[in-house]
Amino acid sequence: MRALALSLRQELIGLAGVVERNVYLTRRYLLWDVAFFVWTVANTLTIVFIAEGIELAGGQFDVQRATTTLLVGAVVWAYLGIIFEFMTETVGWERWEGTIEYTFMAPLSRVMHLGGSGLFAVIYGLVRACLLFAVVSLFFDLSLGDANYLAALALLVIASISFFGIGMMTAVLPLVSPEKGMQLGFVAQGMLLVVSGVYYPVDVLPGWMQWLAKLSPATYALEGIRDAILDGGGLHWRHVWPLLVIGAVTVPLGLAVFRVGETYAKRTGKLKRSG
Amino acid sequence: MEQQRNRSPNAAVPAVTCVDLRKEFRRKGKGPKTRVALDDVSLEIPRGECIAILGQNGSGKSTLVRLLSTLLLPDGGSARVFGHDVVRETKAVRRLVNRVSVEASFFKKMSSSENLHYAARFYGMTPSETRTRIPEILERVGFPSDRRGEPMEALSRGMQQKVALARALLTSPVLLLLDEPTTGLDPRSKLEVQEFIREIRTVHDSTILLCTHDLAEAEALAERVGILDRGRLLALEPSAELKRRYGADTLEGAFLAATGRGFEDEIDEDELERKVYA
Repeated sequence: MRALALSLRQELIGLAGVVERNVYLTRRYLLWDVAFFVWTVANTLTIVFIAEGIELAGGQFDVQRATTTLLVGAVVWAYLGIIFEFMTETVGWERWEGTIEYTFMAPLSRVMHLGGSGLFAVIYGLVRACLLFAVVSLFFDLSLGDANYLAALALLVIASISFFGIGMMTAVLPLVSPEKGMQLGFVAQGMLLVVSGVYYPVDVLPGWMQWLAKLSPATYALEGIRDAILDGGGLHWRHVWPLLVIGAVTVPLGLAVFRVGETYAKRTGKLKRSG
Repeated sequence: MEQQRNRSPNAAVPAVTCVDLRKEFRRKGKGPKTRVALDDVSLEIPRGECIAILGQNGSGKSTLVRLLSTLLLPDGGSARVFGHDVVRETKAVRRLVNRVSVEASFFKKMSSSENLHYAARFYGMTPSETRTRIPEILERVGFPSDRRGEPMEALSRGMQQKVALARALLTSPVLLLLDEPTTGLDPRSKLEVQEFIREIRTVHDSTILLCTHDLAEAEALAERVGILDRGRLLALEPSAELKRRYGADTLEGAFLAATGRGFEDEIDEDELERKVYA
């Protein structure tokens, strides 16, 4: 029992080490982060202005509501991008720096190693998402009178468990393909973008895509967050339970996929190659 | 301290035992479909010994180090570190081993101190431990205290290699794998690093496997010298016996006699590995 507690303590210290390293790196690349944030703001603005553009073109609809709907989609999308980016960089960046072998030969379990990256990504992503929402809100007349921000934030955190699970699957790609693996991470992100109703209701999708939408955690996160921001909805079980179920599947599945990729890399010598 | 006691291996168990250890890499293109990196290598290193493995680039030295570090999976045979199998008991092995390679390998924008702090966490060291231990260890390797906050990319290669030694030593490894730790260093830095390796042995009672193609370094630091050629371990003996066996006056002569080739005929191992595909 004592040995188990000691081992768990060491694992948690290791997890904190990954977070600590990402804090150091974020500090060192702070100006780059500011530049990327400006890009995300610009990108979000181009999407959210679409609603006002349609009205000017003669479209008849609730502009305030449409603008807010698009903003929620763009912010969740940006958040998802950050989670996937950090998870994929867990391997990709270390390969580039040449530190990957030192990390992989350390006595830290893979779940804690990836968990540290995921934890930092969630904290960093939440800060960025909140800032993005606040900055873009300044440009529009939004219907935020009833917004339940706490419920929206809580849903985003719960959805992060599933995002982390999927992120682990994308994190393995640079191990399997050092040259193209990082880019392949965007494919997974793109698939979620199409089916999850980021900028439109999933009802507009063909039947088979609506079925895929049911498997995407982003669908429930977006539905719940929009409900909380637009209508002041609380943390509803109908949004929470699918996220918990998907999380319970994707986290162990993501870890298993990563382990398979790691074994493959160790068998073929791809851990060392820098691509 | 308790952590140290728990991972102290049994003194009677050899530090390293390899039996018919084999590693092949599949390759694409014309010619043979596989390249044998290690060809049934058997060796034993008792605890506390320093052995040097000599070999050209591409001879399998780095593959041996990677297999013992749990970074590669063998295709045949077995390897044990203080009795722990490197495939089935990876966590136990990882607690006992650390490594310094020819590339210093750090996050280049981070400082030496930051790199060491996070690396120590992976071995379960708390902030209160590293706050005192890291300045101590950097001082011991002769790293100037006023440069601890500078990014690694601003440091010379010799300085970076000192930090690499400090990183390895920070975790008090009982088996230290040194893969060409002085390659590319200027003569002064080389001597400093070699002196530090001696100190590690006397102070920490570590077992050292030194892979090198510096014959003088091997002779100066190791009790036994091995010759690895195209994946095969041709000999592993004290240098005097090695010279006697091959009727040579120098270690270089023994190496030439054993392999039929000199170090000048080197193959670039990295180049070879770049041609390896799954």
